[in-house]
Amino acid sequence: MTASTETTGRGAGSSLSAWRQSKKARFRIILAFKYLIAAIVLVYSLFPILWTISASFSPSGSISGQTLIPSPPTLRNYERILDQDFWLWMRNSFIISSISALLVGLITLMSAYAFSRFRWKGRSQLLLMILLIQVFPAILAMVALFAILQQIGNYIPFLGLNTHGGLILIYMGGALGVNVWLMKGFFDSIPREIDESGKVDGASDWQIFWQLLFPLVRPIMVVSMILTFFGTYSDYLMPRVMITTASKFTLMLGLQTFIGTNYSQEWGAFAAGAVMGAIPMVTVYLLLQDYIVGGLTAGSVKG
Amino acid sequence: MAAIEVKPEKGPDSRRERPTTVGGTALRLLGLIIFDAFALFFIYLLLSDGYWPLASIIGAITLVINYVFLSPDAYPMRWMSPGLAFMLLISVYPILYTIYISFTNFGAANLLPKVQAISVLEQRTFLPETGATLQYTVFQNDETGEYGLWLIHPDGHSFFATTTDELEAEAIGAGPLNADGVPTAIPGWTQLTRAQTVRNITAISQTTFGREETAVSLTGRLGQAAQLQPRFIHDAQADTITDKRDNIVYTANNETGFFTAPDGTKLSPGFQVVIGMQNYKRFLTDPSFREPLLRIFIWNVVFALLSVLLSFALGLMIAVVFGRTMPGQRIIKSLLVIPFAVPQVITLLVWRGILNPLEGVVPNTLQSIFNQPVGWPPFFADPIWVKVALIIINVWLAYPYFMLISSGALQAIPTDMYEAADIDGASAWQQFRGLTLPLLLVTVGPLLISSFIVNFNSFNVIYLFNSGGPPMVGTALPAGHSDILISYVYNLAFGRGLALYGYASAITIMIFFMMVIVTIFQHRRMAAWEERTM
Repeated sequence: MTASTETTGRGAGSSLSAWRQSKKARFRIILAFKYLIAAIVLVYSLFPILWTISASFSPSGSISGQTLIPSPPTLRNYERILDQDFWLWMRNSFIISSISALLVGLITLMSAYAFSRFRWKGRSQLLLMILLIQVFPAILAMVALFAILQQIGNYIPFLGLNTHGGLILIYMGGALGVNVWLMKGFFDSIPREIDESGKVDGASDWQIFWQLLFPLVRPIMVVSMILTFFGTYSDYLMPRVMITTASKFTLMLGLQTFIGTNYSQEWGAFAAGAVMGAIPMVTVYLLLQDYIVGGLTAGSVKG
Repeated sequence: MAAIEVKPEKGPDSRRERPTTVGGTALRLLGLIIFDAFALFFIYLLLSDGYWPLASIIGAITLVINYVFLSPDAYPMRWMSPGLAFMLLISVYPILYTIYISFTNFGAANLLPKVQAISVLEQRTFLPETGATLQYTVFQNDETGEYGLWLIHPDGHSFFATTTDELEAEAIGAGPLNADGVPTAIPGWTQLTRAQTVRNITAISQTTFGREETAVSLTGRLGQAAQLQPRFIHDAQADTITDKRDNIVYTANNETGFFTAPDGTKLSPGFQVVIGMQNYKRFLTDPSFREPLLRIFIWNVVFALLSVLLSFALGLMIAVVFGRTMPGQRIIKSLLVIPFAVPQVITLLVWRGILNPLEGVVPNTLQSIFNQPVGWPPFFADPIWVKVALIIINVWLAYPYFMLISSGALQAIPTDMYEAADIDGASAWQQFRGLTLPLLLVTVGPLLISSFIVNFNSFNVIYLFNSGGPPMVGTALPAGHSDILISYVYNLAFGRGLALYGYASAITIMIFFMMVIVTIFQHRRMAAWEERTM
């Protein structure tokens, strides 16, 4: 405010009102320019998504001849993809992701509790190790993971290649990961007096953890499990490498195999599947937006 | 109140007395014993099949678990024992195992450990010159369920063969023969129908029938059995395999991983051996391997750098331009973030459809604007256009992240700094260069580098859009113009039936090293950035 009056003072004093007007006009022009940029970016960002939604209702069902406003809109594409194994893939994805999220959630929670409440030799080294291992993306270890599942599967068939159990086993590798740090932070924020009061009443560590602390961290745990769920749900590489039978495909693998080289014929049906496959994740994302954005910035800066 | 025992420090020591019950301890020990029994059995199985690396890590995990559950000092680690076990098995071990594989010939031709390769060979059979081919009919024992064969020799003689013996028709009290020369009834045995035989063919084929010297087993053809003999005999002492058919002796070559005859013929399957630096030497010294790898590497770096810089620039621009005052900026930003929430696989497959040069909406529009023929721009077939498309897509995927990060970081910059800059008469651009950007880089800088690592390995983008294509010409191994290292590794290991696990792992290790260097750089820079702004 002070700065602008100063500038004004330096300008031609006689045409103060004219300058004010031109400033207003300049502001308008800048704003219009900003909205122009906004429009361009919105088109860039949303066009692929709108085009997919439109394709899913398009009567032609093929990639050519699609218009932005489908005329007339039809549900035929949805019927077509549901005739495929869509529900089967969806079910596979939900089973794998739910079990992974549940197990990862429990492991994370118990580990974070120990890191927060106990001190022992090697504690800080272990915390550091958890962080360092994350530097190597699991994607780089695909050949080794493939070989490990193949070998384990010789003796424990339900954890071998081409099984949901094997895939879940792989997702367990990251269970003791960055989430432990975040969850540990939440445990740290819970006053220790709660633990002490439990101890006075003669509660064991397990009882303190399960009956006193767990209810307090449950909301965070649920959010973190949902994020794990969708991390697994949208994974592509591991199912691609490990799963070969069509009936065991996850949704992402199924959709990719379905569209494969059939863009000309199956575009509409694929779009319908894409819309249905994206809805759960987009919904959850919009609901948890603030938390996710916070986690993205906080969690990554911490390292 | 005062009577309550006060702990000396806030963080309780693991050694502090813990109420332990006898029952609890017994249960813990029992659980541990059961776990150990399973682990030891598993290790034994792995070792006897030659999987010593996996056996070692399972052994290490077992030791850790035992230490954690037996030592009172390690009590807190009991809480994370499952996570610890998974981390060792699925995070730590794969890194070590990848290093190991990169020094072996593990691949399609050398898939198995030596013991298993030998036993595969030992199961092979052949029909010696003196052996005969017989017609069989399957019978099943009513009590034991074991199989027996009624066999008709080409010379007309027929008899019954159980898994241990050959019996004449009279000896088993067989009924009269039917038109096919098969007894209508054998007491205690039931003849299987053709359909039943087919259904149980695997079990029956795995059995040998009759006396050892003239043992008969099924051949590939239905209804035909033969006096097959094991073809390969392994001599453990000399480590040779003798082919009984022509008596050629194959000697184990532990450098190449094959049993090799004097004339150089190799027995298939080969076995896994450590071959030292050969995988690395291949792409370091052989131009037909090195050239494509170098081109892939350069494109990989360019792709990751451009993706990070462009998406950061775009995200930052939006964050700065929209600021916090522009009416409607919140809703616009929320809309811009939607692509971020759709599973990547889906959006990538959508992009592949939209950019399809023949029928996709973007090329079709461009064709009519620039008056070009159908098929232009060649987003799939032309190396340059593919790369342009990939950058556009990857920026599309990544910039909402940077927009969010930048918006957050901008809010953290105190406004009085801008006021001070205003007083000094700094222009908007000067303020951005001298104030906003340096302060922003403190928080966003490390994220830029980790984002570089993520983009360096963005397999999904490359693989789902165009599978790394178009293919390069004249390379020793199939490679694509838009391949990055990780998609190249995937194709060498799992695509196109190559299964070059050893070579693929060697390239993976190179990526590992680059990641390590970048991470060290990241920590240095972080320290430097922090110092500069302190």
